Amino acid sequence: MTTVTVDKAAPTRKVKYGSMSRDRAWALRWSYFFLVIFAIFSLTPPIYMLITSLKSSAEISAATNPWWVFHPTLENYVGLLTSNQFLRFFWNSAIVSIFVVTITMLISVPAAFALARMRFWGSATLATGVFLTYLIPETLLFIPLFKMFAVIGDWTGIQLINRWYVLLILYPTLTVPFCTWIMIGYFASIPKELDEAAVIDGASWLQTLTRIFIPVAFPGIIAATIFAFTVSWAQFLYPLVFTTSTDQLVMPVGIITSLIKGDVFNWGQIMTGALLGAAPPLIIYAFLMDYYIAGLTAGATKG
Amino acid sequence: MADVALQPNRGAAQAARKRSSLHKMLKRKSTVAFLMTLPLILLIATLVIYPAFYALHLATLNKSMQRFVGLSNFEFLFRRETFWLVVKQSCIFAITAVVFKALLGFIIAHFVHNIPAKGQRKWRGMLLVPWVIPPAMSTLAWLWLFDPSYSAFNYTLSFFGIGPIPWTGDAMWARFSVILVNIWVGAPFFMIMYLAALKSVPEQLYEAAAIDGANWWQRIWYVTLPMMRNIIAITTLFSLIVTFANFDIVRILTAGGPLDHTHIFATWAFRIGIEGSDIPLGASVSLFMVPILAIAAIFILRDINKRGNEA
Amino acid sequence: MADVTLRKVVKRYDEVEAVRGIDLDIADHEFVVLVGPSGCGKSTTLRMIAGLEDISDGDIMIGGDIVNDVPPKDRDIAMVFQNYALYPHMTVAENMSFGLRLKRYPKAEIKSRIDEAARMLDIVELVDRKPKQLSGGQRQRVAMGRAIVRNPKVFLFDEPLSNLDAKLRVQMRIEIKKVHQKVRTTTVYVTHDQVEAMTLADRVVVMNHGRIEQIGTPNELYHKPATKFVASFIGSPAMNFVPCRLEDLAGKLHVRLTDRIAFPLPPARAARYQGIPRTDKLLLGLRPEHITEARPHLAPGVEAFDTVLDVTEPMGMETLIYFTLEGSQVCGRVNPNAGAEDGAPLRLAVDLNNMHLLNEVTGVVL
Repeated sequence: MTTVTVDKAAPTRKVKYGSMSRDRAWALRWSYFFLVIFAIFSLTPPIYMLITSLKSSAEISAATNPWWVFHPTLENYVGLLTSNQFLRFFWNSAIVSIFVVTITMLISVPAAFALARMRFWGSATLATGVFLTYLIPETLLFIPLFKMFAVIGDWTGIQLINRWYVLLILYPTLTVPFCTWIMIGYFASIPKELDEAAVIDGASWLQTLTRIFIPVAFPGIIAATIFAFTVSWAQFLYPLVFTTSTDQLVMPVGIITSLIKGDVFNWGQIMTGALLGAAPPLIIYAFLMDYYIAGLTAGATKG
Repeated sequence: MADVALQPNRGAAQAARKRSSLHKMLKRKSTVAFLMTLPLILLIATLVIYPAFYALHLATLNKSMQRFVGLSNFEFLFRRETFWLVVKQSCIFAITAVVFKALLGFIIAHFVHNIPAKGQRKWRGMLLVPWVIPPAMSTLAWLWLFDPSYSAFNYTLSFFGIGPIPWTGDAMWARFSVILVNIWVGAPFFMIMYLAALKSVPEQLYEAAAIDGANWWQRIWYVTLPMMRNIIAITTLFSLIVTFANFDIVRILTAGGPLDHTHIFATWAFRIGIEGSDIPLGASVSLFMVPILAIAAIFILRDINKRGNEA
Repeated sequence: MADVTLRKVVKRYDEVEAVRGIDLDIADHEFVVLVGPSGCGKSTTLRMIAGLEDISDGDIMIGGDIVNDVPPKDRDIAMVFQNYALYPHMTVAENMSFGLRLKRYPKAEIKSRIDEAARMLDIVELVDRKPKQLSGGQRQRVAMGRAIVRNPKVFLFDEPLSNLDAKLRVQMRIEIKKVHQKVRTTTVYVTHDQVEAMTLADRVVVMNHGRIEQIGTPNELYHKPATKFVASFIGSPAMNFVPCRLEDLAGKLHVRLTDRIAFPLPPARAARYQGIPRTDKLLLGLRPEHITEARPHLAPGVEAFDTVLDVTEPMGMETLIYFTLEGSQVCGRVNPNAGAEDGAPLRLAVDLNNMHLLNEVTGVVL
């Protein structure tokens, strides 16, 4: 009797087990199938940039297979990297980004520390206000800001419009609120006892910040720095509105306004420029992916 | 007697001294805190809050900005057909793009979550690339892919007997194209947020659900979605703001054309306010973004506070 | 080295009074433990001594100086936190020397102090590690080391052993006691664990609801608790309380528990309780070790009675028994060979020489 039941049970169980792992194997195959499709979708534009950047103008206008390079050449790269104008864009972008990162960190780190640790009158409101500021898009403010700077120029004679350094004033409005917000999150996650221990050890507020909080929240600092850098590097609207002379332009605007001459599109050079413009964020991303992603998710998961 | 007289006196003096110096210390701490936040406050006040109100003021002036005209800029806008076209296109653009970004992000996140953990990093890395490239740069690549005469897409599609498709030349196709590019840029952000949320759902919940006899769809519906609800809401609202206020993609891909059919508030405000030098009218146009942004912001704030309370 | 004095110290948070007027004198070299349930104000008191919390009223003196407004760093104190609060980015040596480095001590002096403290705590080989690489017990030692190198006037410990497992806790307790014997620094130690309080303290301060219930040596608290709270908080298993009345029977003062059970009081106790009105509702307090199996010959003041046991817990060297008297559960400790079994009857003896009598309403020990 018992043997019969066991015999009966064993095969059913086996089949179920088999179907289970077969299901899983199929699920895995489907996952990879769709991931490959999505990856192709994601990578087509940057790969197409690369393909085009290696083509000569003649090959592009010959309208051969666009997905293949028949006569690879570096002439577009040579052309751009020896062009004073393009190097000027790159240099402007680099200078602006480095300054903006510095300004951003100098403003947001102490502010985040004060908001996370030194409760004072209105600090909670201010923290919420910082977050709301981060939600205000630049497209809402560019017109009044443009007029404001024009008026300042009229009144004081300080010309800010069409000067690259006007971006040093504008970009922090985009970077500081978010960086402050995520640094508040990182600082708040540091146990309270740590600054109490520091206070008892005789550290001043400034020493607690520089010698305890900044080192302990270093991953957050890196994430915030990456964010500030990528935002200032990629920003398009403000430089488009506020700078016009070629020697004042940054990369994104420079490529678009100077390489597109009327209706003549030099696509080989444009794609090369776009690829070079995309390179710094991509390189940072390749090396610091985990910090990049931590910063990306911090806005909603912290605080 | 002297003792009695002395005692309360000393107590009072002590209390007074204590209170005053305590006050001083409190004052000092908050002074330090205030000084540390002062640059932030100044930045927000002069470069965000002030211009926001300045925009309101500008919107009430005439084109040469010398005369107060009240609401006539708005009246003018309401009478213009292009304005209603922009309103319609902004809503279509933002809602369609956000819905597809959210769906696509959710699906991709699931597939990434499905595969063995050691391969996930690599895939995640590849799939996030569209978000990392500056949108102005990647839109240029799309512009080239959509090129009327040399489109690589049309070249490929011609082998299937399709096309040529006027990607940016026809109103409907142009609308499709700007939304497609926006999805391409934004879906990875959803993917990464959802992936983080998926990882935070305890494995035991799925095991318990499996033991209770839930199939994969029921597991998503009854376990995954409720656990991720807050993250989904915050991400979606956040993306709604960013998409609604988008500029780069439309500006570079179509510049609002053909015939203003792809203009959204930001690009149209730029066209009128900066290119057309009618700053008051441009300011009026951009102000129309405020209601939607405010509603989304209120909901985000509520959800974030809820998260704070849960933790 | 210094004494610590608290004078009518009050801490108010908005409307809530967390500490309601505490007077405490801690002598130089003394090891004082503040003990009480969570929320009793013990940690707040310690943090006020440290200067991490402002005091709302009263005075705190360290070494004779009022330090109410002195910032923590100038109070010359060191504190050990519950979660150790080690700086995660610094090595053990850097952690220990942080305070000294801030005060710009000479390098050689810092090094010799670290060496000395590390030797004392047996962490010499750990000084170059980061906190992450240390076990819980080792982190605890480093946290103490950080306090020791400062050579402060006062050590403050805030539940330092709560995050350790039971075995390690016993070991670290001994370690802390050894350190105190060596450095002899005045110590204020906060815990919710009465065993820690009893084993470590020169004097224990029992706190409840922001007030001091009783101050005394561990033995005083155990044998002469002043209130029901102290009597029930100190000792494990806790003291038994049975509702009772005083009654004069045949010219002798008796304590009546039930209709059937009334014990005559020993002469010393009878004299002490004579003045209590016979109608007062009282509680008889008896520690479990004073309820044992009855022997054939009862000593004076020891009375026998019969009961039926509810549950027994064999502990090896003794057996804990539980039975019900007048609706309250009572615990006793009997010899493992006394034949105690679940549900079985047993003849027990209570030692009334060690009894306590409490006012049921006020909780005061009479």
